[in-house]
Amino acid sequence: MYDPWPWYVSGPLMTLVMVTLLLIGKRFGMSSNLRTMCTICGAGKVSDFFRFDWKAQRWNLIVITGIIIGGFIASNFLSSDTSVDLNPEVISDLQSKGFVSAGESYMPEQLFSNDAFTNPKSLLMLIIGGLLVGFGARYAGGCTSGHAISGLSDLQLPSLIAVIGFFIGGLVMIHFIFPLIF
Amino acid sequence: MRSIIYLVIGIFFGIVLFKSEAASWFRIYEMFRFGSFHMYGIIGSAVVLGSISIQLIKRNNINSFYGESITISPKERSVARYLIGGILFGLGWALAGACPGPMFVLLGAGYVPIIVAILSAILGTFLYGVLKEKLPH
Repeated sequence: MYDPWPWYVSGPLMTLVMVTLLLIGKRFGMSSNLRTMCTICGAGKVSDFFRFDWKAQRWNLIVITGIIIGGFIASNFLSSDTSVDLNPEVISDLQSKGFVSAGESYMPEQLFSNDAFTNPKSLLMLIIGGLLVGFGARYAGGCTSGHAISGLSDLQLPSLIAVIGFFIGGLVMIHFIFPLIF
Repeated sequence: MRSIIYLVIGIFFGIVLFKSEAASWFRIYEMFRFGSFHMYGIIGSAVVLGSISIQLIKRNNINSFYGESITISPKERSVARYLIGGILFGLGWALAGACPGPMFVLLGAGYVPIIVAILSAILGTFLYGVLKEKLPH
């Protein structure tokens, strides 16, 4: 329990989350919350896309609040060692790119310790990455939870196209763009 | 009462995302390098079990606990929006190493700089809303 959970435990537990939501009449989709947050901040004044009754999405904001609490509980009380046991080849590749904490921590130091706030490159990675995730998720109509898990489980072709897109984007970033920036 | 159920589901999902290491930047990098079966196993087993569950729900006409029928509305037909949107999402997923769920897990786990990615993701969503009519769908 205190060690990382293997895929054959984690994957089925994610299915459990999706099915539980279906059984209480809700749909699994995390990126919808980003749209709701825009609406709460008044984005409806600028675009029709944000003009909807956000209170109908209140349940999903509660789910995401729970996720924050879950992250706190898991890292503080359910983990003895959070280092990630990566493939040794991936570790040496990452270390050659300057990610020295690969294999020894949960997240790369330069991106997720407070030093990131004063490191322009790290800040840019987080800003551009975040922008693309938010923009792309809404453009594609869903993210990993809505398309990759729910949509594929429901055998929906649009979700398969979106997931293929996720992988094209990810592979291009890691194999072609990373070598240019690291 | 229902609010407590949503909160418990969220806490459970947050713990699963953290403990499965699906919220680790390194695991996402490793996945796109095809360095380990781990992430493929998580997504693959979730989808296989998920599709069996949804088939069972559909074939047995199972209703939700509150008596409503369970229907997953089919997505509108298009290739452009899913492919282009998907590619943009994938570029960001690999760069920030986190998708929308894990971003909030990392916030709770105390990786404070993730707040930059979360605010940017909200801004990205806003930009989509503003540009929506001008984009191919």
